[in-house]
Order: sequence, then structure tokens, then C-alpha cells
Amino acid sequence: MIEFQSVTKRYPDGTVAVDALDLTIDAGKITVLVGPSGCGKTTSLRMINRMVEASSGTILVNGADVRAQRPATLRRGIGYVIQNAGLFPHRTVVDNIATVPILLGTKKAAARRRAEELLDTVGLPRELGGRYPAQLSGGQQQRVGVARALAADPPVLLMDEPFSAVDPVVRDDLQEELLRLQSELGKTIVFVTHDIDEAIKLGDKVAVLRVGGTLAQYDTPATLLAKPVDDFVASFVGRDRGYRALGFLSAHGAQIAPLSTVPLGSPVDAARAALENGWAVVVDEGKAPLGWVSSTSLSTVEGELRSADLVSGGSLYAADAKSGSLRTALDAALSSPSGIGIAVDSDGAVAGGVTAESVLKALDEARRSGGVPS
Amino acid sequence: MNWILDHIPDLLAASGDHLQLALIPVVVGLVLSLPLGWVANRWTVARAIMVPVSGLLYTIPSLALFVMMPLLLGTKILDPINVQAALTVYTVALLVRSIADALAAVPESVVQAASAMGYRTAGRFFAVELPLAVPVLVAGVRVAAVSNISLVAVGQIIGVGGLGYFLLHGAQTSPPNFQEIIAGIALIVVLALIVDGLLALAGRALTPWTRQQVGRAGGGRRSRAVVVK
Ligand SMILES: Nc1ncnc2c1ncn2[C@@H]1O[C@H](COP(=O)(O)OP(=O)(O)OP(=O)(O)O)[C@@H](O)[C@H]1O
Ligand SMILES: [Mg+2]
Repeated sequence: MIEFQSVTKRYPDGTVAVDALDLTIDAGKITVLVGPSGCGKTTSLRMINRMVEASSGTILVNGADVRAQRPATLRRGIGYVIQNAGLFPHRTVVDNIATVPILLGTKKAAARRRAEELLDTVGLPRELGGRYPAQLSGGQQQRVGVARALAADPPVLLMDEPFSAVDPVVRDDLQEELLRLQSELGKTIVFVTHDIDEAIKLGDKVAVLRVGGTLAQYDTPATLLAKPVDDFVASFVGRDRGYRALGFLSAHGAQIAPLSTVPLGSPVDAARAALENGWAVVVDEGKAPLGWVSSTSLSTVEGELRSADLVSGGSLYAADAKSGSLRTALDAALSSPSGIGIAVDSDGAVAGGVTAESVLKALDEARRSGGVPS
Repeated sequence: MNWILDHIPDLLAASGDHLQLALIPVVVGLVLSLPLGWVANRWTVARAIMVPVSGLLYTIPSLALFVMMPLLLGTKILDPINVQAALTVYTVALLVRSIADALAAVPESVVQAASAMGYRTAGRFFAVELPLAVPVLVAGVRVAAVSNISLVAVGQIIGVGGLGYFLLHGAQTSPPNFQEIIAGIALIVVLALIVDGLLALAGRALTPWTRQQVGRAGGGRRSRAVVVK
């Protein structure tokens, strides 16, 4: 657990970057600090490992005042990942990762072995271990940065916009990877970003700061979306927040209706007979959805149903997975050519259909039963 | 060629002296300029003083510096120390700036990362900043070494000049002994090229990481310029 007790940072030029901040960061969870540029996120983060010294107030890490230790000793026990990774250009990947263990007195050979294991942990092939940072892609460098921060197995990890310099697709991968790692490692992670979507995706809790270094709101992502405390937070959380909030509600209550299906290769007459309200889902041998047929699309088809005759479908909604949210259910319905979202089971087979109405009804029920923060 | 063939042992011995006169100052100068360069990079005030002063030192003609040394150091006029001390001054004057620039060129994010990993100031200097400064540093050392090798010959005017002896002696013989003069010049050039080449190789060996990327600062070509005063 990390505790900010009325922490203020005033830089020598008079700028108050953080103003009397009180914040309790839960152990073993990801806490995201988010806010507009210059609101004091980096300053707050760096006061934890004393890269920046607080002007007043106290920071406790697991109950101990950070000032009780010499800065270098404190930092060896806290992982730190910065934007652009900040890798040492003159050291190989393995030697970069082995940095902190060697500083702590681990023998070089043992530290290197551990570094190679960490390559596995962050999803990099071991062959990369002998390369220099300049020979890696931005995403790979960032993974090495994470491995280096994890090398001495610190309980606390500080991450300052670690993924902001890579392209959106790579960023998405790195975010997924961080969530996977965290589910295995259970570190206390403080993550700084100015990207609210990243905050909502990664954070167990999100602290929204405003310029001047004060806390605007500190809540779970779902509450932040559903109940921003003021206009600043509401506008920062941004457009579509009502829609995005659906991502935190289980689609459990949304009713899945039976859906008419026809196997690919069926005679066109059988397909016509299967249409319900003018539509049917075409499936493969495993009952996985391939696309739709409608009375209109079938009017020009003769003989057997081939893949070229299908109308392509919308997004799928995984009905049983825990990731099945009202948002994915609604998106499936809205993106489907028939207006019916296809729900699939864990094998990928068609389980039925959801309509936008059924999603909204489930939302309504969740509201009434208090499942939605309001 | 007769003169040369007859004097091979003398030429070799003089080459050895010449190298010693030129390169000991490079080593001493390097050791002195590391802390000075660090100081110049660390504090803006120090830099504002040290960089112009070292530039100024470098503009003093070598002969003047050689002649001044006995006065400054209280040494005998023919002591080889005079030449070596003067060349050390040139080396420091050259390298302080190189080192300050090289350290300043280490990316701030890398320095920050090193601190965040738990390096203390001295550890960070030797483990991170100095290795990253090596390409620029080697370029500076190459210039200093080549320039010292050519400057040693001037020392012959105060009686300590390694291969410079043959230049002066050959010119003062009547008629002038051109074989002797050319042999002296050729050996000075060869020594400069060999030392420069060896330093370039050493620089490459010390910086395997720079070979993987294109267009990075350092390892430069500018050491080709031989400074003659
Ligand atoms: N070394 C410094 N000296 C003076 N002022 C500083 C210093 N570092 C930061 N500041 C100021 O403190 C405030 C907070 O800076 P900080 O870097 O913590 O913001 P941030 O939230 O991380 O912003 P960004 O999203 O742009 O990274 C800013 O107004 C900044 O200009
Ligand atoms: Mg910042």
C-alpha cells in the first residue's frame, strides 16, 4: 500500500505541481493517475521513489516513510518504467534487464539467467537477449523496460506513460500483456497516463487529477464513467461515456433468443425455409457463424449455398465469457445486418441472438436493482 | 638510401622516444580531463569558465608553451618533462570540451532511468554516462594523439624532439641531408597513422552497440585533421 498524506510539491521556481494530495493506493492493484498535461502526474509518481522530493507531507510505502531510506536503496526496491523505455543503449537486452539485481549484489551469471526468464515473462523470444536496444522495435523496447523493472521482483511498480510512444495496435497488445502479467504477479502498480481510455482499461482504480495538482475524483472506472463528480471530470472522461460504461456491466441479464441457422452448402430452398423475419445465420460444421442470408440476398442464388452468397455479419458477443458485457452485446446487435447480435458460446458456436431492445431492458433492470451506480 | 640504412637503429630509438613524448601526455591529459569534463557538464558556471579557457590554452603556440614550461615548473631547460607537460596542457584543453559535450549528449531519459534503477552519482558515471561518451571521447583522443605526435618535433628547438632531431639536424648539415629530413617526416606521419588507426580500432572494440545503428554521433572522421602549430 502507498499512502500520500497531504503531500505538496513546490518547485524552486514557485510552481505548485502537487497540492496537499491525500491518496491511498491499494496493494496488489493497478492504480492509474490520469489528468491533463501538467497536472502533476509525473511529479506525484516520482515523489514515491524520491526522484522528486516532496516539499511537505509524507509518503508511506507499506507503512514506511520513503524518507527513512537512502534514495538509491529505496529505488532498488521499486520498479520504474518510463516512456520510451529509457533502456541503456550500450548494454544488451539481457544486461539491461539484469541491472538492478547486479546493483543489489546478485552474481552476474545468476542475474543473466533470471533476465532470460524475464524475457519469457514479458513475451519476448530469448534470441533477443543478445541484441542492443537500438535493434528492437518500440514495442519490444517497452517490454524490455517492463522486464527490467520486474527483475529484482519489487512489490511496487511505477509506470510513467510507458505505452504512449508506440502505435495504437502495439499499445493495445502491451496493455493486454500488462493485465495478464498483473493477474499472475499481483504487484502494486501506479500507472500514469493522460489517456482516459487507457486509464479505464487498466485501472482497478483511477485518480483524476486537475491542473494545480489536486485530486478531482478517485474511483473505480465504472463509477467514474457513471458518476463523474463534476463537469471537469465529466468532460475529461469524454464523449460516449454512457456507452462506454456499458462495458462494466455484465450482459448476464440480456435475454438470448433462439436463432435460426442453416449449414453452408444447404440447398437454397432449405435456406429460404429457415428464414425468420427475413434472416437466418449460416454456420459451418462446428456451428460457428459465417454470415447471414436474407430473402433479398437469396433471391439471386440457385442450387447450394456458397460462402460468396453470404451477407457478412457484425461483431460477435461471447455470451458465457466473463468479458461478455452489455457493451459487446449491444455492439453485436447494432453491427449486425439483421439487427440481431449473434451470441456465441465458449466453443464459438451460435448460442442465440440478442437485440438492442433486450440489452436496454437488461440495463433498465440492472438500474432498478441497483446494479448500476447512480 | 644509404644514410637511412646506416641509421635504422637510431631512427627506431628516436621513434620510441617520440611516441613516449607524445602519448604519455595523452594518457595523463585524459585522466585529468575526465573529472574536469564532468564538472564542466555538471555546473553551467563551471562550463562557462572552463570551455573558453581551454579553448584559449589551445591557441597558445606550441613553441611559446615549451619555452614557458621551465619557468612555470622550475625544471631544467632540456628536461623532456617540459615537452610532455606542454602537450598535456593541449590534451586537456582539447578533451575537457569533448568530454563535457559527450556527457551532455547522453539522453536525459537514460540518465533518469539509471537514477531510478538505484545508481548513485559515481556508479552512474562509470556504468552509464562514461561508456556512452566513449565514441565522442575516442574521437577527441585521436585528435589529441595525432596532434601531439606532430607537435613533439617542434620540441627539438628546445632540445627534446624525438624524430624532430633528424629534421633539424638534416637541415643544419651542409649541404642539407634530404634523406635524413624525409626519413624523419615519413616516420612521424607513419607513427601518427598507426596510432590513429589503433585508437580507432580500440574505439570500435569498446563500443559494439554503435555498429548496429546508422548516423549516431561520435566515432567521427574529424580526427583526420592533424593540427599543426
Ligand atoms: N523541474 C521542474 N521545475 C519546475 N517546474 C516543474 C518541474 N517539473 C515539472 N514542473 C511543473 O510542474 C507541473 C506538473 O508537472 P508534471 O511533469 O508532474 O506534469 P504531468 O501531469 O506529468 O504532465 P504531462 O502529462 O505533460 O507529463 C507542471 O506545471 C510543470 O511545468
Ligand atoms: Mg508526465
